[in-house]
Amino acid sequence: MNLTVNGESRTFEQPLSVHQLLTELSLNEKRVVIELNEAIVDKASYIDRLLSDGDCLEIIQFVPGG
Amino acid sequence: MAVRGQSLGITGPQVRRNSTDAAARIGRKVSVGDFTFRPEWVSYPVMIKVNEKDVAWIDGMTLATLRAQHKPDADITVYNGFPVVDDCPVTRGDQVCFIRRGEMPSAAEMRQLIVSRHSPAVYEAVCDRTVGIAGVGGLGSALAIALARLSVGRLIIADFDVVEPSNLNRQQYFCEQIGMRKVDAMKANLERINPYLDVTIVAERLDAGNITAHFAAADVLAECFDNPESKSVFVETCLAELHKPVVAVSGIAGYADADKLVCREPMRNFYLIGDGVSAAQPGCGLMAPKVGIAAHMQASKILELLLDHSTGAPK
Repeated sequence: MNLTVNGESRTFEQPLSVHQLLTELSLNEKRVVIELNEAIVDKASYIDRLLSDGDCLEIIQFVPGG
Repeated sequence: MAVRGQSLGITGPQVRRNSTDAAARIGRKVSVGDFTFRPEWVSYPVMIKVNEKDVAWIDGMTLATLRAQHKPDADITVYNGFPVVDDCPVTRGDQVCFIRRGEMPSAAEMRQLIVSRHSPAVYEAVCDRTVGIAGVGGLGSALAIALARLSVGRLIIADFDVVEPSNLNRQQYFCEQIGMRKVDAMKANLERINPYLDVTIVAERLDAGNITAHFAAADVLAECFDNPESKSVFVETCLAELHKPVVAVSGIAGYADADKLVCREPMRNFYLIGDGVSAAQPGCGLMAPKVGIAAHMQASKILELLLDHSTGAPK
């Protein structure tokens, strides 16, 4: 499965949910905002939301400080 | 001279009045074709500024005559940017400000002074707009002050916290405000800067269930939290539910590389300021310079967004 993540093309062996993708990328799901094909993904749906070949994601992970 | 005026198809005095007004204000010779304007021909009123208002200059005007006319009870006279004590003649293009110590400017005077600094177009673009600020700690306190100085008409400031001594290294509070709720202390500070703005306070912890209700009236939203989980919830909720621009911050800790702070737009309606990686952690704290820079970059982006939604103000 091919995905575009933050402008870079990535290939994954298995189909993935948003939650599994975050684990693969070592990102903390409580600290991210995700746009999938230009729509914001609700945190509550990360586990159920399956990604499809060709999906385009923008993922921002916040760091502490303000 | 008449011949030259006629060659432009206009009579002499008319030429002087209409085609060379700008040149007269700056007192320069201006040539159009073979016609040369000389500033000494000017005999109509030229303006000066008195307390930011245009006043017609007349021959023989001095600081004392102006003060008697415009503000007889003034204690201080500022002439072209410098406080002066002695009387002197005033000439065309001068700026004079008469001040009575401790006097609160009226709403009209405040408006006038902001307009004269920012231009009418900038003032009009912000004076009736609303900005929501989530968190008035290091980022939010500096941002709120910048927006108040811009005369943004309404601010909604939210924070559940109180002012602690450790906040004073970067947050815009004062020692005597330690222990106050941050929203109350900030509202008081903003009113000292501009008492004619509308500041709405929300002294609650924000979560996915109350963000939309508190910030529904905002034209632009600012994420100013410290904690990354709160940043994430606020930005996600605003983008999904409010569909208004959100200006957030990530990566501002420490003292190095302030010039690495940038503003980018990773998603539609989402602006992110910071270097993305400088996390606050033991050994890399939050300090006034980079936090202040990021807060003012937020203010600058918010102003740009408000102006982009209005008409034609220069950037």
